[in-house]
Amino acid sequence: MEKIPILKMGDFLLVTIQVDMHDQMAAALQDDLTSKIAQVNAKGVLIDISSLDIVDSFIGRMLANTSTMARVLGAPSVVVGMQPAVAITLVELGVNLGGMRTALNVERGMAILRRDGDNPDLDGAARGHD
Amino acid sequence: MVTTETTSVAAASDIVSVRHAVRRRAVEIHLSLVDQTKIVTAASELARNMLVYAGGGQVTLEVLQDGVRQGLRAHFADTGPGIPDLDLALRDGFTTGSGMGLGLGGAKRLVNEFDIESTPGMDTRVTITRWK
Repeated sequence: MEKIPILKMGDFLLVTIQVDMHDQMAAALQDDLTSKIAQVNAKGVLIDISSLDIVDSFIGRMLANTSTMARVLGAPSVVVGMQPAVAITLVELGVNLGGMRTALNVERGMAILRRDGDNPDLDGAARGHD
Repeated sequence: MVTTETTSVAAASDIVSVRHAVRRRAVEIHLSLVDQTKIVTAASELARNMLVYAGGGQVTLEVLQDGVRQGLRAHFADTGPGIPDLDLALRDGFTTGSGMGLGLGGAKRLVNEFDIESTPGMDTRVTITRWK
């Protein structure tokens, strides 16, 4: 089965989803990413979905769950690059993205992760205001 | 009816094929990017429903021409267990599976026309249409 590559960049992990994932592939990414976080002691995760032209409820839930799992493991995550049409559709569909932090692009996502790294105590308190 | 195209759904990878087929037709009739995304997403939800609840089914796409107006219609037909209570099944958050219960209600919100017929023990047919 085709896999989504997970790259290590310093203390962070970068996942760039570039193919239209089928359901098992999305589930495998969840397993691979959580293993990799523990294995390399990652301090944060950036998930780039700018190439995804659709996110349905299954993929949306997978992204939200993966974000929560990464945070529980101590590696805050940011989902970056959601296309505007995808954002509109996800909200109308009614998917609950609670627990998932997002940023417009990789630069902003990286800035959020670096700030988290600098202020680990403020991490929880700041989350609601991103 | 201008064009029809049928895709079988029997595995998770077929949901991706359905998304691509719907996207191709939506682009062909020049739906806006947001409308393309909405009907592709609705089709993805409905195709997954067929797979999860009925073990699979058939998706037929139709390009419609109504005067100067064009539209894309997708029919989802399965011969699964059927849905005993359609009102309940359309309600957000209701599910007999392990998902979020957004498939039917969510898909309905993403399209202009939505029809569902089901005979318990026989079949379920869902039709969605997005007009340009």
